[in-house]
Amino acid sequence: MKQIIKQVFPQTIPVMAGYISLGIAFGLLLQSKGYGPIWAFLMSLFIYAGSAQFLAVELLAAGATLIQVALLTFLLNFRHLFYGLSMIEKYRGTGIRKFYLIFGLTDETYALLTGYKTPDGLRDKDYYFAVTLMNQFYWVLGCVLGSVAGSIIPFDMTGIDFAMTALFAVLVVEQWKTHKAHLPAILGFVITTAALYIFGADSFLIPALIVMSVLLLCLKDTLKQEKANE
Amino acid sequence: MNDTYIITVIAVMAMVTIALRFLPFILFDHGEQLPKWISYLGKVLPPAIMSMLLVYCLRNIKLVEGNHGLPELICVGVAMLMHFWKRNTLLSICVSTILYMIITQSVM
Repeated sequence: MKQIIKQVFPQTIPVMAGYISLGIAFGLLLQSKGYGPIWAFLMSLFIYAGSAQFLAVELLAAGATLIQVALLTFLLNFRHLFYGLSMIEKYRGTGIRKFYLIFGLTDETYALLTGYKTPDGLRDKDYYFAVTLMNQFYWVLGCVLGSVAGSIIPFDMTGIDFAMTALFAVLVVEQWKTHKAHLPAILGFVITTAALYIFGADSFLIPALIVMSVLLLCLKDTLKQEKANE
Repeated sequence: MNDTYIITVIAVMAMVTIALRFLPFILFDHGEQLPKWISYLGKVLPPAIMSMLLVYCLRNIKLVEGNHGLPELICVGVAMLMHFWKRNTLLSICVSTILYMIITQSVM
């Protein structure tokens, strides 16, 4: 147990920085709309999706209908559909923990688990579980902290959430070094940037994901060839 | 404050999110060999999605007005270069994040 924490914790530090600071921002915002720590706790425990929770604050304040809530959550979290595809084979043999692993598959957990290999001497399933659990722990902690004490934090935290952006930047490089075929990374960048330009910041992820997947499927033979040459 | 409303909102959001996260497993995880195209997609998507998430983090920067997104672009550049050079995750992230905090809190 101690061994697992010792080996996994360093990998999760960037997520810790990002989740705690973003969680605090969320707790503060929720508090400002009149919902206290218990709601911050329940939302981070059961919804456990950063951007959806920020959306929830707006929807609650606006008194949105449940249909609107469902539809907007679906659009916002649609990307998670694609994360599972990479985890089906990895998560085989994880037993009862699999339910929690799938439940906790956020952007950041997905990024860590596909970006890094299981540390030496650890079992895959212990590694996956530890990363997933630690990440949710940071998130719940941040959300509750922000709700309880966000306004009395003694120093200026502005900018610390950049740690999350930096984490994805680092993982792009990590993937670049691990995989010989660089076409997926380049396609991902070009298509997402184009989609952002065409559809705007609120609705570009779904078209980007669909175009990306279709193109990657069309390029299957080319990419297989590159893999064979590795 | 109406507690029933917030409880149903939380429940609906949680259920939709859980459904999206479980769906690929419900559809394709049946114990036997995965369909080849799913297995292939699962392997080539992560690098593409990592690029996507990086762009997603930067989606709100304004390239043509204000500071032109320079703090973000410079610090992402620093993180990536450092990682190409040293390949030390914590070092790359700490240096770029501290630099970002200094720039945004003082200069801009």
